[in-house]
Amino acid sequence: MTAMVTLRDVSKTFTGSSGPVHAVDGVTLDVERGDVFGIIGYSGAGKSTLVRLINGLERVTGGQVLIDGQDVTDHSERQLRSVRVGIGFIFQQFNLLNSRTVAGNVGYPLRVAGWPKERREARVAELLEFVGLVDKARQYPDQLSGGQKQRVGIARALATSPQLLLADEATSALDPETTKDVLDLLRRVNLELGVTVVVITHEMSVVSYLCNKVAVMENGKVAEQGSVYDIFSAPQQEVTRRFITSALHDRPRPDVLERLRERHPGRIVTVSVREEAGSGTLLTQQLRAHGVDGSIVYGGITEVDSRPLGSLTLELVGDDTSIDALIADLRVRTDVEEHVRPAASGEGRSR
Amino acid sequence: MNSGSASLWPTFLQAIVETLQMVSVTLLVGGFAGLVIGILLYTTRAGNLLANRPVFTALNVLVNTVRPIPFIIFITAIQPLTVEVTGTSYGTEAVIFPMAIMATFGTSRIVEQNLVALDPGVIEAARAMGAGPLRIILTVIIPEALGPLVLGYTFLFVAITDMSAMAGAVAGGGLGDFALQYGYQRFNPVVTWFTLGVIVVIVQLGQVLGNWLARRVMRR
Repeated sequence: MTAMVTLRDVSKTFTGSSGPVHAVDGVTLDVERGDVFGIIGYSGAGKSTLVRLINGLERVTGGQVLIDGQDVTDHSERQLRSVRVGIGFIFQQFNLLNSRTVAGNVGYPLRVAGWPKERREARVAELLEFVGLVDKARQYPDQLSGGQKQRVGIARALATSPQLLLADEATSALDPETTKDVLDLLRRVNLELGVTVVVITHEMSVVSYLCNKVAVMENGKVAEQGSVYDIFSAPQQEVTRRFITSALHDRPRPDVLERLRERHPGRIVTVSVREEAGSGTLLTQQLRAHGVDGSIVYGGITEVDSRPLGSLTLELVGDDTSIDALIADLRVRTDVEEHVRPAASGEGRSR
Repeated sequence: MNSGSASLWPTFLQAIVETLQMVSVTLLVGGFAGLVIGILLYTTRAGNLLANRPVFTALNVLVNTVRPIPFIIFITAIQPLTVEVTGTSYGTEAVIFPMAIMATFGTSRIVEQNLVALDPGVIEAARAMGAGPLRIILTVIIPEALGPLVLGYTFLFVAITDMSAMAGAVAGGGLGDFALQYGYQRFNPVVTWFTLGVIVVIVQLGQVLGNWLARRVMRR
Protein backbone atom coordinates (compact mmCIF):
# COMPACT_ATOMS: atom_id res chain seq x y z
CA MET A 1 0.00 0.00 0.00
CA THR A 2 1.34 3.45 -0.86
CA ALA A 3 1.89 5.85 1.99
CA MET A 4 -0.37 8.90 2.27
CA VAL A 5 2.66 11.16 2.57
CA THR A 6 6.25 10.32 1.78
CA LEU A 7 9.04 12.78 2.41
CA ARG A 8 12.39 11.72 0.97
CA ASP A 9 15.36 13.66 2.28
CA VAL A 10 13.47 16.96 2.04
CA SER A 11 15.17 20.24 2.85
CA LYS A 12 14.08 23.84 2.99
CA THR A 13 16.65 26.58 3.11
CA PHE A 14 15.57 30.20 3.46
CA THR A 15 17.92 32.98 2.45
CA GLY A 16 17.82 35.23 5.48
CA SER A 17 19.51 38.59 5.91
CA SER A 18 22.28 36.91 7.94
CA GLY A 19 22.94 34.03 5.56
CA PRO A 20 21.01 30.85 4.71
CA VAL A 21 18.72 29.29 7.31
CA HIS A 22 18.21 25.53 7.11
CA ALA A 23 14.66 25.31 8.46
CA VAL A 24 14.23 21.70 7.37
CA ASP A 25 17.34 19.61 6.82
CA GLY A 26 17.14 16.18 5.21
CA VAL A 27 13.89 14.81 6.64
CA THR A 28 12.67 11.38 5.55
CA LEU A 29 9.39 9.99 6.81
CA ASP A 30 6.29 8.05 5.78
CA VAL A 31 2.77 8.77 6.96
CA GLU A 32 0.66 5.68 6.33
CA ARG A 33 -3.06 5.74 5.62
CA GLY A 34 -5.06 5.94 8.85
CA ASP A 35 -2.13 7.22 10.92
CA VAL A 36 -2.35 10.07 13.36
CA PHE A 37 1.23 11.17 12.92
CA GLY A 38 2.66 13.61 15.45
CA ILE A 39 5.57 15.90 14.62
CA ILE A 40 6.88 17.35 17.86
CA GLY A 41 9.59 19.88 18.48
CA TYR A 42 10.37 23.08 20.33
CA SER A 43 9.70 26.37 18.55
CA GLY A 44 12.20 26.91 15.76
CA ALA A 45 12.70 23.17 15.21
CA GLY A 46 11.29 23.50 11.69
CA LYS A 47 8.04 21.59 12.19
CA SER A 48 5.73 24.34 10.86
CA THR A 49 7.88 24.64 7.76
CA LEU A 50 7.90 20.87 7.35
CA VAL A 51 4.09 20.62 7.37
CA ARG A 52 3.88 23.38 4.72
CA LEU A 53 6.22 21.39 2.49
CA ILE A 54 3.61 18.62 2.43
CA ASN A 55 0.92 20.71 0.70
CA GLY A 56 3.35 22.95 -1.15
CA LEU A 57 2.60 26.20 0.72
CA GLU A 58 6.39 26.22 0.93
CA ARG A 59 8.46 24.62 -1.83
CA VAL A 60 11.28 22.23 -0.98
CA THR A 61 14.84 23.23 -1.85
CA GLY A 62 15.89 19.58 -1.88
CA GLY A 63 14.41 16.09 -1.77
CA GLN A 64 11.04 14.70 -2.86
CA VAL A 65 7.46 15.03 -1.68
CA LEU A 66 4.96 12.29 -2.56
CA ILE A 67 1.25 12.58 -1.80
CA ASP A 68 -0.57 9.27 -2.07
CA GLY A 69 2.20 7.95 -4.29
CA GLN A 70 2.15 10.95 -6.61
CA ASP A 71 5.36 12.98 -6.82
CA VAL A 72 4.35 16.63 -6.36
CA THR A 73 7.85 18.02 -5.92
CA ASP A 74 7.99 19.69 -9.31
CA HIS A 75 4.29 20.56 -9.60
CA SER A 76 3.49 24.08 -10.75
CA GLU A 77 1.54 26.34 -8.40
CA ARG A 78 -1.58 25.67 -10.51
CA GLN A 79 -1.12 21.88 -10.27
CA LEU A 80 -0.53 22.17 -6.53
CA ARG A 81 -3.86 23.94 -6.11
CA SER A 82 -5.77 20.83 -7.11
CA VAL A 83 -3.59 18.75 -4.76
CA ARG A 84 -4.40 21.18 -1.94
CA VAL A 85 -8.15 20.78 -2.49
CA GLY A 86 -7.63 17.20 -1.28
CA ILE A 87 -5.68 18.18 1.83
CA GLY A 88 -7.29 19.88 4.83
CA PHE A 89 -5.29 22.36 6.89
CA ILE A 90 -6.03 23.78 10.32
CA PHE A 91 -4.12 26.58 11.98
CA GLN A 92 -3.10 27.65 15.46
CA GLN A 93 -4.76 31.05 14.95
CA PHE A 94 -7.75 29.48 13.15
CA ASN A 95 -7.42 31.94 10.22
CA LEU A 96 -11.15 32.26 9.67
CA LEU A 97 -12.52 34.90 7.30
CA ASN A 98 -14.02 37.59 9.54
CA SER A 99 -16.09 38.95 6.67
CA ARG A 100 -18.00 35.67 6.35
CA THR A 101 -20.39 33.83 8.63
CA VAL A 102 -19.58 30.42 10.08
CA ALA A 103 -21.51 28.81 7.23
CA GLY A 104 -19.71 31.08 4.75
CA ASN A 105 -16.34 30.00 6.10
CA VAL A 106 -17.15 26.30 5.98
CA GLY A 107 -18.57 26.70 2.47
CA TYR A 108 -15.59 28.67 1.15
CA PRO A 109 -13.42 25.69 0.09
CA LEU A 110 -16.50 24.26 -1.66
CA ARG A 111 -16.81 27.49 -3.67
CA VAL A 112 -13.15 27.15 -4.58
CA ALA A 113 -13.80 23.55 -5.63
CA GLY A 114 -16.71 24.77 -7.75
CA TRP A 115 -19.61 23.05 -6.00
CA PRO A 116 -23.12 24.27 -6.96
CA LYS A 117 -25.02 26.22 -4.29
CA GLU A 118 -27.46 23.49 -3.28
CA ARG A 119 -24.87 20.77 -2.77
CA ARG A 120 -22.74 23.29 -0.94
CA GLU A 121 -25.48 24.19 1.52
CA ALA A 122 -26.27 20.54 2.22
CA ARG A 123 -22.60 19.76 2.82
CA VAL A 124 -22.14 22.77 5.12
CA ALA A 125 -25.14 21.66 7.22
CA GLU A 126 -23.66 18.17 7.46
CA LEU A 127 -20.26 19.50 8.55
CA LEU A 128 -21.71 21.86 11.17
CA GLU A 129 -23.66 18.90 12.53
CA PHE A 130 -20.43 16.87 12.74
CA VAL A 131 -18.59 19.56 14.74
CA GLY A 132 -21.67 20.49 16.79
CA LEU A 133 -22.12 24.09 15.63
CA VAL A 134 -25.44 23.97 13.79
CA ASP A 135 -26.83 26.84 15.88
CA LYS A 136 -23.85 29.10 15.04
CA ALA A 137 -24.23 28.93 11.25
CA ARG A 138 -25.34 32.57 10.88
CA GLN A 139 -22.86 34.01 13.36
CA TYR A 140 -19.55 35.67 12.56
CA PRO A 141 -16.17 34.37 13.81
CA ASP A 142 -15.67 37.29 16.19
CA GLN A 143 -18.77 36.14 18.09
CA LEU A 144 -17.26 32.70 18.82
CA SER A 145 -14.96 31.37 21.54
CA GLY A 146 -11.53 29.96 20.67
CA GLY A 147 -12.71 26.37 20.81
CA GLN A 148 -15.70 27.13 18.60
CA LYS A 149 -13.45 28.92 16.10
CA GLN A 150 -11.19 25.89 15.86
CA ARG A 151 -14.20 23.64 15.32
CA VAL A 152 -15.21 25.90 12.43
CA GLY A 153 -11.62 25.59 11.21
CA ILE A 154 -11.88 21.81 11.32
CA ALA A 155 -15.27 21.76 9.58
CA ARG A 156 -13.82 24.02 6.87
CA ALA A 157 -10.77 21.79 6.47
CA LEU A 158 -13.00 18.73 6.09
CA ALA A 159 -15.41 20.34 3.61
CA THR A 160 -14.04 18.76 0.46
CA SER A 161 -13.74 15.33 2.16
CA PRO A 162 -9.94 15.27 2.12
CA GLN A 163 -8.02 12.06 2.78
CA LEU A 164 -5.38 13.98 4.67
CA LEU A 165 -5.65 16.63 7.38
CA LEU A 166 -2.69 18.76 8.46
CA ALA A 167 -2.97 20.40 11.89
CA ASP A 168 -0.41 23.09 12.69
CA GLU A 169 -0.41 23.65 16.46
CA ALA A 170 -4.19 23.36 16.34
CA THR A 171 -4.63 23.46 20.11
CA SER A 172 -1.79 25.74 21.15
CA ALA A 173 -4.03 28.80 21.45
CA LEU A 174 -6.66 26.98 23.50
CA ASP A 175 -7.14 26.31 27.22
CA PRO A 176 -6.72 22.72 28.52
CA GLU A 177 -10.44 21.94 28.60
CA THR A 178 -11.04 23.18 25.04
CA THR A 179 -7.85 21.47 23.91
CA LYS A 180 -9.31 18.13 24.98
CA ASP A 181 -12.56 18.82 23.06
CA VAL A 182 -10.63 19.67 19.91
CA LEU A 183 -8.35 16.62 20.28
CA ASP A 184 -11.41 14.40 20.73
CA LEU A 185 -12.87 15.89 17.57
CA LEU A 186 -9.64 15.19 15.67
CA ARG A 187 -9.73 11.63 16.97
CA ARG A 188 -13.29 11.26 15.63
CA VAL A 189 -12.12 12.67 12.29
CA ASN A 190 -9.52 9.90 12.19
CA LEU A 191 -11.67 7.04 13.47
CA GLU A 192 -15.11 7.85 12.00
CA LEU A 193 -14.08 9.46 8.71
CA GLY A 194 -10.86 7.51 8.20
CA VAL A 195 -8.88 10.68 7.56
CA THR A 196 -5.10 10.49 7.95
CA VAL A 197 -3.96 13.26 10.30
CA VAL A 198 -0.57 14.95 10.66
CA VAL A 199 -0.34 16.87 13.95
CA ILE A 200 2.31 19.52 14.54
CA THR A 201 2.77 20.33 18.22
CA HIS A 202 5.20 21.27 20.96
CA GLU A 203 3.14 19.45 23.60
CA MET A 204 3.90 15.81 24.36
CA SER A 205 0.44 15.45 25.92
CA VAL A 206 -1.13 16.08 22.50
CA VAL A 207 1.02 13.34 20.97
CA SER A 208 0.37 10.84 23.78
CA TYR A 209 -3.37 11.52 23.66
CA LEU A 210 -3.88 11.46 19.93
CA CYS A 211 -1.06 9.96 17.89
CA ASN A 212 0.04 6.45 17.04
CA LYS A 213 3.32 7.56 15.47
CA VAL A 214 5.66 10.40 16.22
CA ALA A 215 8.71 12.13 14.80
CA VAL A 216 10.75 14.27 17.18
CA MET A 217 12.35 17.26 15.47
CA GLU A 218 15.33 19.33 16.48
CA ASN A 219 17.26 21.88 14.39
CA GLY A 220 15.39 20.98 11.21
CA LYS A 221 16.19 17.28 11.51
CA VAL A 222 14.21 14.30 12.78
CA ALA A 223 15.98 13.20 15.96
CA GLU A 224 14.01 9.95 16.15
CA GLN A 225 10.72 8.55 14.93
CA GLY A 226 8.58 5.47 15.40
CA SER A 227 5.45 4.32 17.18
CA VAL A 228 4.52 6.67 20.01
CA TYR A 229 4.70 3.91 22.60
CA ASP A 230 8.17 2.77 21.55
CA ILE A 231 9.53 6.28 21.50
CA PHE A 232 7.96 7.12 24.86
CA SER A 233 9.00 3.96 26.63
CA ALA A 234 12.56 3.87 25.29
CA PRO A 235 13.66 7.33 24.17
CA GLN A 236 17.07 7.37 22.51
CA GLN A 237 17.67 11.10 22.24
CA GLU A 238 18.05 13.79 24.87
CA VAL A 239 15.43 16.02 23.21
CA THR A 240 12.89 13.20 23.40
CA ARG A 241 13.63 12.61 27.07
CA ARG A 242 13.02 16.28 27.76
CA PHE A 243 9.62 16.12 26.10
CA ILE A 244 8.67 12.95 27.95
CA THR A 245 9.67 14.31 31.34
CA SER A 246 7.63 17.43 30.66
CA ALA A 247 4.61 15.31 29.78
CA LEU A 248 4.71 12.59 32.43
CA HIS A 249 6.13 14.34 35.53
CA ASP A 250 6.62 10.83 36.91
CA ARG A 251 10.26 10.99 38.02
CA PRO A 252 11.24 13.10 41.04
CA ARG A 253 13.39 16.14 40.27
CA PRO A 254 16.59 16.49 42.36
CA ASP A 255 15.00 18.91 44.81
CA VAL A 256 11.98 16.63 45.24
CA LEU A 257 14.32 13.70 45.79
CA GLU A 258 16.10 15.68 48.51
CA ARG A 259 12.84 16.19 50.40
CA LEU A 260 11.88 12.52 49.91
CA ARG A 261 15.15 11.45 51.50
CA GLU A 262 14.53 13.66 54.52
CA ARG A 263 11.22 11.94 55.18
CA HIS A 264 12.16 8.40 54.10
CA PRO A 265 15.29 6.81 55.60
CA GLY A 266 15.12 3.59 53.50
CA ARG A 267 16.65 3.01 50.04
CA ILE A 268 14.85 4.88 47.27
CA VAL A 269 14.39 3.38 43.81
CA THR A 270 12.42 4.37 40.71
CA VAL A 271 10.83 1.46 38.85
CA SER A 272 9.62 1.97 35.27
CA VAL A 273 6.08 0.85 34.60
CA ARG A 274 5.36 -0.39 31.08
CA GLU A 275 2.76 -2.51 29.41
CA GLU A 276 4.71 -5.76 29.49
CA ALA A 277 6.76 -5.43 32.63
CA GLY A 278 6.95 -3.78 36.03
CA SER A 279 3.22 -3.56 36.38
CA GLY A 280 1.72 -3.28 39.83
CA THR A 281 1.19 -7.03 40.21
CA LEU A 282 4.79 -7.90 39.38
CA LEU A 283 6.04 -5.34 41.85
CA THR A 284 3.91 -6.54 44.78
CA GLN A 285 4.78 -10.18 44.03
CA GLN A 286 8.49 -9.44 44.04
CA LEU A 287 8.30 -7.38 47.21
CA ARG A 288 6.50 -10.22 48.98
CA ALA A 289 8.89 -12.87 47.61
CA HIS A 290 11.96 -11.02 48.90
CA GLY A 291 10.41 -10.00 52.23
CA VAL A 292 10.99 -6.31 51.52
CA ASP A 293 8.59 -3.53 52.55
CA GLY A 294 7.97 -1.04 49.79
CA SER A 295 6.00 2.18 50.06
CA ILE A 296 5.24 4.35 47.08
CA VAL A 297 6.57 7.86 47.65
CA TYR A 298 6.34 9.38 44.17
CA GLY A 299 5.30 8.45 40.64
CA GLY A 300 2.91 8.72 37.76
CA ILE A 301 1.40 6.35 35.24
CA THR A 302 -0.37 7.59 32.15
CA GLU A 303 -1.88 6.07 29.07
CA VAL A 304 0.05 6.38 25.84
CA ASP A 305 -1.59 5.05 22.69
CA SER A 306 -4.02 3.21 25.03
CA ARG A 307 -1.18 1.50 26.92
CA PRO A 308 0.16 2.26 30.42
CA LEU A 309 3.47 4.13 30.77
CA GLY A 310 5.22 5.80 33.67
CA SER A 311 7.23 5.03 36.78
CA LEU A 312 6.89 4.58 40.54
CA THR A 313 9.39 5.71 43.11
CA LEU A 314 9.49 3.54 46.23
CA GLU A 315 11.15 3.52 49.60
CA LEU A 316 12.43 -0.01 50.26
CA VAL A 317 12.85 -1.17 53.86
CA GLY A 318 14.51 -4.50 54.67
CA ASP A 319 18.02 -5.98 54.88
CA ASP A 320 20.42 -4.88 52.15
CA THR A 321 20.99 -8.32 50.59
CA SER A 322 17.22 -8.89 50.14
CA ILE A 323 16.84 -5.46 48.58
CA ASP A 324 19.80 -6.10 46.23
CA ALA A 325 18.23 -9.40 45.19
CA LEU A 326 14.85 -7.69 44.65
CA ILE A 327 16.38 -5.01 42.46
CA ALA A 328 18.27 -7.63 40.45
CA ASP A 329 15.06 -9.60 39.90
CA LEU A 330 13.11 -6.48 38.88
CA ARG A 331 15.85 -5.49 36.42
CA VAL A 332 15.20 -8.66 34.47
CA ARG A 333 11.81 -7.25 33.51
CA THR A 334 12.09 -3.47 33.69
CA ASP A 335 14.36 -0.52 34.40
CA VAL A 336 15.18 0.21 38.01
CA GLU A 337 17.05 3.32 39.03
CA GLU A 338 18.40 3.49 42.57
CA HIS A 339 18.87 6.97 44.02
CA VAL A 340 22.01 6.46 46.04
CA ARG A 341 22.31 8.57 49.17
CA PRO A 342 24.91 11.38 48.96
CA ALA A 343 26.44 10.24 52.28
CA ALA A 344 26.94 6.70 50.95
CA SER A 345 28.29 7.56 47.52
CA GLY A 346 29.87 10.91 48.31
CA GLU A 347 28.60 12.06 44.93
CA GLY A 348 24.89 12.58 45.32
CA ARG A 349 24.24 11.29 41.84
CA SER A 350 21.75 8.55 41.18
CA ARG A 351 22.72 5.67 39.01
CA MET B 1 -24.69 86.51 -2.19
CA ASN B 2 -26.39 89.79 -1.40
CA SER B 3 -23.90 92.04 -3.15
CA GLY B 4 -26.56 93.37 -5.42
CA SER B 5 -26.63 90.23 -7.39
CA ALA B 6 -29.48 87.73 -7.25
CA SER B 7 -28.04 86.85 -10.65
CA LEU B 8 -25.13 85.07 -8.94
CA TRP B 9 -27.39 82.18 -7.89
CA PRO B 10 -27.49 80.30 -11.22
CA THR B 11 -23.71 80.54 -11.49
CA PHE B 12 -23.40 79.32 -7.91
CA LEU B 13 -25.69 76.33 -8.47
CA GLN B 14 -23.75 75.57 -11.65
CA ALA B 15 -20.54 75.61 -9.56
CA ILE B 16 -22.01 73.10 -7.11
CA VAL B 17 -22.92 70.77 -9.99
CA GLU B 18 -19.42 71.13 -11.44
CA THR B 19 -17.79 70.35 -8.11
CA LEU B 20 -19.94 67.25 -7.62
CA GLN B 21 -19.17 66.20 -11.19
CA MET B 22 -15.41 66.60 -10.75
CA VAL B 23 -15.41 64.85 -7.40
CA SER B 24 -17.60 61.90 -8.41
CA VAL B 25 -15.85 61.17 -11.72
CA THR B 26 -12.43 61.45 -10.07
CA LEU B 27 -13.53 59.26 -7.18
CA LEU B 28 -14.83 56.63 -9.55
CA VAL B 29 -11.96 56.57 -12.05
CA GLY B 30 -9.09 57.35 -9.65
CA GLY B 31 -10.63 55.17 -6.96
CA PHE B 32 -10.79 52.13 -9.22
CA ALA B 33 -7.38 52.60 -10.85
CA GLY B 34 -5.91 53.29 -7.40
CA LEU B 35 -7.48 50.11 -6.04
CA VAL B 36 -5.84 48.07 -8.79
CA ILE B 37 -2.42 49.67 -8.30
CA GLY B 38 -2.74 49.49 -4.51
CA ILE B 39 -3.51 45.78 -4.66
CA LEU B 40 -0.57 45.27 -7.03
CA LEU B 41 1.71 47.17 -4.64
CA TYR B 42 0.55 44.95 -1.78
CA THR B 43 0.60 41.60 -3.57
CA THR B 44 3.91 42.08 -5.40
CA ARG B 45 5.74 43.03 -2.19
CA ALA B 46 8.42 40.49 -1.16
CA GLY B 47 6.91 37.42 0.51
CA ASN B 48 3.36 38.18 -0.61
CA LEU B 49 0.94 36.46 -2.97
CA LEU B 50 2.43 37.64 -6.29
CA ALA B 51 5.87 38.63 -4.98
CA ASN B 52 7.68 40.31 -7.87
CA ARG B 53 10.51 42.68 -7.09
CA PRO B 54 10.78 44.49 -10.49
CA VAL B 55 7.03 45.21 -10.66
CA PHE B 56 6.89 46.30 -7.04
CA THR B 57 9.92 48.56 -7.37
CA ALA B 58 8.62 50.16 -10.59
CA LEU B 59 5.19 50.88 -9.09
CA ASN B 60 6.67 52.07 -5.84
CA VAL B 61 9.00 54.54 -7.53
CA LEU B 62 6.20 55.77 -9.81
CA VAL B 63 3.82 56.39 -6.91
CA ASN B 64 6.53 58.07 -4.85
CA THR B 65 7.47 60.31 -7.76
CA VAL B 66 3.99 61.57 -8.65
CA ARG B 67 2.44 61.88 -5.20
CA PRO B 68 4.55 64.69 -3.73
CA ILE B 69 4.05 67.02 -6.74
CA PRO B 70 1.82 69.92 -5.64
CA PHE B 71 -1.45 69.53 -7.51
CA ILE B 72 -1.52 73.09 -8.86
CA ILE B 73 1.86 72.48 -10.52
CA PHE B 74 0.86 69.00 -11.65
CA ILE B 75 -2.12 70.47 -13.57
CA THR B 76 0.16 72.73 -15.60
CA ALA B 77 2.92 70.12 -15.96
CA ILE B 78 0.76 67.54 -17.69
CA GLN B 79 -1.25 70.04 -19.70
CA PRO B 80 0.08 68.79 -23.07
CA LEU B 81 -1.09 65.28 -22.17
CA THR B 82 -4.45 66.65 -20.98
CA VAL B 83 -4.98 68.34 -24.35
CA GLU B 84 -4.05 65.09 -26.07
CA VAL B 85 -6.57 63.08 -24.07
CA THR B 86 -9.48 65.46 -23.52
CA GLY B 87 -9.02 67.73 -26.51
CA THR B 88 -9.03 70.87 -24.38
CA SER B 89 -6.74 72.62 -21.93
CA TYR B 90 -9.34 74.36 -19.80
CA GLY B 91 -12.73 73.75 -18.29
CA THR B 92 -14.13 71.04 -16.02
CA GLU B 93 -13.14 68.13 -18.24
CA ALA B 94 -9.59 69.38 -18.51
CA VAL B 95 -9.25 69.43 -14.76
CA ILE B 96 -10.83 66.03 -14.18
CA PHE B 97 -7.97 64.35 -16.08
CA PRO B 98 -5.11 65.49 -13.82
CA MET B 99 -7.37 65.00 -10.79
CA ALA B 100 -8.03 61.37 -11.73
CA ILE B 101 -4.32 60.68 -12.21
CA MET B 102 -3.34 62.30 -8.93
CA ALA B 103 -6.18 60.48 -7.14
CA THR B 104 -5.05 57.16 -8.61
CA PHE B 105 -1.63 57.44 -7.01
CA GLY B 106 -3.00 58.79 -3.74
CA THR B 107 -5.55 55.97 -3.55
CA SER B 108 -3.01 53.28 -4.34
CA ARG B 109 -0.97 54.24 -1.28
CA ILE B 110 -4.07 54.37 0.95
CA VAL B 111 -5.24 50.98 -0.33
CA GLU B 112 -1.79 49.42 0.12
CA GLN B 113 -1.49 50.74 3.68
CA ASN B 114 -4.86 49.27 4.63
CA LEU B 115 -4.01 45.90 3.12
CA VAL B 116 -0.67 45.65 4.90
CA ALA B 117 -2.62 45.42 8.17
CA LEU B 118 -4.38 42.27 6.91
CA ASP B 119 -3.65 39.04 8.77
CA PRO B 120 -1.49 37.00 6.35
CA GLY B 121 -2.92 33.88 7.97
CA VAL B 122 -6.26 34.19 6.17
CA ILE B 123 -4.48 34.43 2.83
CA GLU B 124 -2.43 31.35 3.68
CA ALA B 125 -5.67 29.56 4.65
CA ALA B 126 -7.21 30.37 1.27
CA ARG B 127 -4.06 29.13 -0.48
CA ALA B 128 -4.20 25.93 1.55
CA MET B 129 -7.75 25.41 0.26
CA GLY B 130 -6.49 25.60 -3.30
CA ALA B 131 -7.65 29.14 -4.16
CA GLY B 132 -5.76 31.00 -6.90
CA PRO B 133 -4.41 34.58 -6.65
CA LEU B 134 -7.30 36.34 -8.45
CA ARG B 135 -9.88 34.55 -6.32
CA ILE B 136 -7.95 35.37 -3.17
CA ILE B 137 -7.80 39.06 -4.12
CA LEU B 138 -11.53 39.25 -4.88
CA THR B 139 -12.95 36.98 -2.16
CA VAL B 140 -10.46 37.30 0.68
CA ILE B 141 -8.25 40.39 0.49
CA ILE B 142 -10.89 42.98 -0.49
CA PRO B 143 -13.76 41.68 1.72
CA GLU B 144 -11.48 41.23 4.75
CA ALA B 145 -10.15 44.80 4.44
CA LEU B 146 -13.44 46.40 3.37
CA GLY B 147 -14.07 48.39 6.57
CA PRO B 148 -10.69 50.19 6.56
CA LEU B 149 -10.93 50.57 2.77
CA VAL B 150 -14.25 52.43 3.07
CA LEU B 151 -12.66 54.79 5.60
CA GLY B 152 -9.71 55.21 3.25
CA TYR B 153 -12.02 56.17 0.40
CA THR B 154 -13.82 58.62 2.69
CA PHE B 155 -10.48 60.29 3.35
CA LEU B 156 -9.90 60.28 -0.39
CA PHE B 157 -13.25 61.98 -1.02
CA VAL B 158 -12.23 64.87 1.21
CA ALA B 159 -8.83 65.12 -0.49
CA ILE B 160 -10.45 65.17 -3.93
CA THR B 161 -12.91 67.89 -2.91
CA ASP B 162 -9.88 69.86 -1.76
CA MET B 163 -8.18 69.24 -5.12
CA SER B 164 -11.25 70.34 -7.06
CA ALA B 165 -10.99 73.78 -5.47
CA MET B 166 -7.79 74.36 -7.45
CA ALA B 167 -9.61 73.91 -10.71
CA GLY B 168 -9.81 77.68 -10.97
CA ALA B 169 -6.26 77.58 -12.26
CA VAL B 170 -7.44 76.25 -15.60
CA ALA B 171 -10.88 77.85 -15.48
CA GLY B 172 -12.18 74.48 -14.39
CA GLY B 173 -15.25 75.78 -12.65
CA GLY B 174 -16.64 74.43 -9.42
CA LEU B 175 -17.00 76.02 -6.01
CA GLY B 176 -13.32 76.87 -5.56
CA ASP B 177 -13.24 78.72 -8.85
CA PHE B 178 -16.48 80.48 -7.91
CA ALA B 179 -15.14 81.60 -4.54
CA LEU B 180 -12.02 83.05 -6.16
CA GLN B 181 -13.81 84.79 -9.00
CA TYR B 182 -16.85 86.22 -7.27
CA GLY B 183 -15.59 86.43 -3.70
CA TYR B 184 -11.88 87.13 -3.57
CA GLN B 185 -11.41 89.06 -6.81
CA ARG B 186 -14.52 91.21 -6.29
CA PHE B 187 -13.59 91.95 -2.68
CA ASN B 188 -16.72 90.25 -1.45
CA PRO B 189 -15.72 88.09 1.56
CA VAL B 190 -19.34 87.11 2.27
CA VAL B 191 -19.49 85.21 -1.03
CA THR B 192 -16.18 83.50 -0.18
CA TRP B 193 -17.38 82.51 3.27
CA PHE B 194 -20.74 81.31 2.02
CA THR B 195 -19.06 79.15 -0.64
CA LEU B 196 -16.65 77.85 1.94
CA GLY B 197 -19.62 76.88 4.12
CA VAL B 198 -21.14 74.86 1.28
CA ILE B 199 -17.83 73.04 0.68
CA VAL B 200 -17.63 72.22 4.40
CA VAL B 201 -21.20 70.84 4.31
CA ILE B 202 -20.37 68.62 1.29
CA VAL B 203 -17.25 67.31 3.01
CA GLN B 204 -19.15 66.66 6.25
CA LEU B 205 -21.90 64.76 4.45
CA GLY B 206 -19.30 62.59 2.74
CA GLN B 207 -17.53 61.90 6.02
CA VAL B 208 -20.74 60.97 7.83
CA LEU B 209 -21.80 58.66 4.99
CA GLY B 210 -18.36 57.01 4.92
CA ASN B 211 -18.29 56.44 8.68
CA TRP B 212 -21.77 54.96 8.61
CA LEU B 213 -20.88 52.63 5.73
CA ALA B 214 -17.64 51.50 7.39
CA ARG B 215 -19.49 50.74 10.64
CA ARG B 216 -22.03 48.66 8.75
CA VAL B 217 -19.31 46.75 6.91
CA MET B 218 -17.32 46.05 10.07
CA ARG B 219 -20.43 45.05 12.09
CA ARG B 220 -18.85 45.99 15.41
